[in-house]
Amino acid sequence: MCIMASCLSPNWSVFDIDQSQTLQMAVQEAHARSQPLAIRGGGSKTFYGRQTPACDLLDLGGHRGIIDYAPNELFITLRAGTSLQALEAQLAEAGQMLPFEPPHFGPAATIGGTLACGFSGPSRPYAGSARDTVLGMRILNGQGEILRFGGQVMKNVAGYDVSRLMVGALGTLGVLLEVSLKVLPRPDSTVTLVRPMDPVTAVQRMNHWAGQPLPLSATAYDGEHLYIRLSGTGSAVRAAQTRLGGERLPDAEAAAFWVTLREQRHVFFQGDAPLWRLAVAPATPPLPLGDQILIEWGGGQRWLRGARDATALRQLAAEHGGHATLFRGGDRRGEVFHPLTPPLLAMQQRLKAAFDRRAILNSGRLYATL
Amino acid sequence: MPASPDRTALLVELQAALSADAVLRSAEDLRPYECDGLSVLRELPLCVVLPTDREGVQAVLQICQRHGVAVVPRGAGTGLSGGARPIRDAVLLSLARLHHIIAIDRENRTARVQPGVRNLAISEAARPLGLYYAPDPSSQIACSIGGNVAENSGGVHCLKYGLTVHNLLELDVLTATGETLRIGSQALDSPGYDLLALMTGSEGLLGVVTECTVRLLPVPEHVLVLLAAFSSVEAAAESVSAIIAAGIIPAGLEMMDRLAIEAAEDFVHAGYPRDAAAILLCELDGPAVELEELVREVETLLQRYGARAIRIAEDAATRLLLWKGRKAAFPAVGRLAPDYYCMDGTIPRQRLAEVLGRITAWSAEYGLRVANVFHAGDGNLHPLILYDANAEGQLHAAEEFGRRILELCVAVGGSVTGEHGVGVEKLDSMCVQFNAAELAQLHRIKHAFDPEGRLNPGKAVPSLHRCAELGAMHVHHGQLPFPELERF
Repeated sequence: MCIMASCLSPNWSVFDIDQSQTLQMAVQEAHARSQPLAIRGGGSKTFYGRQTPACDLLDLGGHRGIIDYAPNELFITLRAGTSLQALEAQLAEAGQMLPFEPPHFGPAATIGGTLACGFSGPSRPYAGSARDTVLGMRILNGQGEILRFGGQVMKNVAGYDVSRLMVGALGTLGVLLEVSLKVLPRPDSTVTLVRPMDPVTAVQRMNHWAGQPLPLSATAYDGEHLYIRLSGTGSAVRAAQTRLGGERLPDAEAAAFWVTLREQRHVFFQGDAPLWRLAVAPATPPLPLGDQILIEWGGGQRWLRGARDATALRQLAAEHGGHATLFRGGDRRGEVFHPLTPPLLAMQQRLKAAFDRRAILNSGRLYATL
Repeated sequence: MPASPDRTALLVELQAALSADAVLRSAEDLRPYECDGLSVLRELPLCVVLPTDREGVQAVLQICQRHGVAVVPRGAGTGLSGGARPIRDAVLLSLARLHHIIAIDRENRTARVQPGVRNLAISEAARPLGLYYAPDPSSQIACSIGGNVAENSGGVHCLKYGLTVHNLLELDVLTATGETLRIGSQALDSPGYDLLALMTGSEGLLGVVTECTVRLLPVPEHVLVLLAAFSSVEAAAESVSAIIAAGIIPAGLEMMDRLAIEAAEDFVHAGYPRDAAAILLCELDGPAVELEELVREVETLLQRYGARAIRIAEDAATRLLLWKGRKAAFPAVGRLAPDYYCMDGTIPRQRLAEVLGRITAWSAEYGLRVANVFHAGDGNLHPLILYDANAEGQLHAAEEFGRRILELCVAVGGSVTGEHGVGVEKLDSMCVQFNAAELAQLHRIKHAFDPEGRLNPGKAVPSLHRCAELGAMHVHHGQLPFPELERF
């Protein structure tokens, strides 16, 4: 498999394929015939979102290649079908990384699919989200027009922020063609500490520390142990390590732990029981939901296994400032995302129509009526 | 001019809905609202309303909806692009009296505030808890958070800490029809489309913010500032690239050219070297042990790129003095000429020398001096064009010069506005940055939120008609600076 850094670089162009025109024609034709399209990158995230009736596939997997990468300018521009592995390998060669540490959920994952799903990994509370990283995009709207919003610069307030709006929209507003992302240097030093702890104390500690000037880069609680990752210069990490205490995990074990967690290969995620994701205000105390719980993001992201009463779960999440998603499994023909209030849903339906009048782009994947 | 019957009815309803002192109508009372920070564009509104709570704002929007009258929202009025400039037949809706900090949540590190709360007031209120609100536009003493959301304001620290959009969690918004939307959540994300991103920077065209929750960060343990003098702007720019290439993300990175240095030095005596072609201010923050390492590394890099004199300010007093010159750069430059025109383009940093070279050439061509202040870390360039509005033709020349600079920013891969917004000022430049299909898409978004087009009409996104006319006009005069750019 030739997508690793060694063969991708320094000669990216061998693998570069610009399929914008083909993709544009496909969308224009679908628009003309009001023919719904299912947008697909690498196919690694088909489990996510609502199940929709089978329809024509718009395959972005071949639309790949890095277009512009300026490490000193801290941005990269690439085609949406570029594999996440290839992208991360390229960045690593220059000592850089994607700040939001995205999950891949499979070797075929593309950057376009990652952004369309809006997935961020363990570093999310400390380094920002997938959406926060976006600087600009080229998209195809539902009429098959190629539109460019944002750019390659950090600051750009010309026009509405359409490119960040695309993140998490599951392709229902536009087909992502090209994306420009902010990249960051990799930290010199990373240390993971682990301490046995009860859930109440774990949530308190994660939030207390987040209010201190500490180089936190990830936190997780598995029901028994609190895991704290520190990243930065060697001296800053050492100072924080002394201050926080706990057992230091060997580096290889620590790296494997965070990848396992990010990719949902941790033992918690095994089996077919439905997987729920609760996003709540981070300092929310442990919720009365049994012991099948894994806490990430300083308390802001909580995973839950098993068949649950969706209404009750959503009410509980809302009471704590957040929302609940049926992330994997369960009945995916119903709504899997948290119901929107009627005015908010109506607004989003109008927005959908503003981008995709004939509702041909991934319609029904996010909500039945979007 | 006597009010028309319709207008009288509107005013009566507004007065009935709000308190008596909350509706201003005499020319004398309206005068302070005739412009925002872009004072060349003035207009008196139909009236000014100053509600004190969300219900008041909602009543205003509903009354205006019934009367089919447009509404221009206004925060502190410090904006620099005419975004809050009144419209003659529209109600100016000031959010200044919604100025309460509702709650600071220590555990979740958030502040819930009304839109009229001043940016700096949030950090002041949070400081006893060791927290602060990161985005710090230079107007932070006066500007309000509602205006910051409307403009997606940045500040000198946004390379490291992001813009307003990166530091917001939740907004309560009223649409043009007075409908309530809660956007975002107290969690790190929310279901459905990311309307938080869409609202931020929408310049008051999509909705009126009545409350917002912002994220607070821990105050850094230690801060220091380096001042380096260079014999050329290019060398200063190269040193910035070198710092970032070394994997260092400074909290702030600011550059000033010779004219800006001289003006600042005359004004505040910050101790800047007057003979330098450029100075760089580099702020580092973090744990003390980390800064000890970083400051040595940055110093070495600066020297390698030809920095002549490097000063390091560790104590707060010296740091503030070094920053004082930069923060006073605009008023300082303002002393050099009767008027100045502040530009706000962004460019990829590697194109800086080229862009400054063109600006220097045009400066000679127009006979107008330019001082350059540059947020070097994020590519945001503020050329300040000096002119005299009373001198025949100078305002027009300054505006044309400014437009050419913005077109150049787009041509090298940047944007016509980094942080000041489009407002009224940069409508024409938007025609250069976006093509007809893109502008039409932006209009469809506006229509989804405000089908009657009554919120801040005529701002931020130019009509296709305007762009078409402008294109024709440019060609007619044979002045199109970048013929290779797409036009329509």
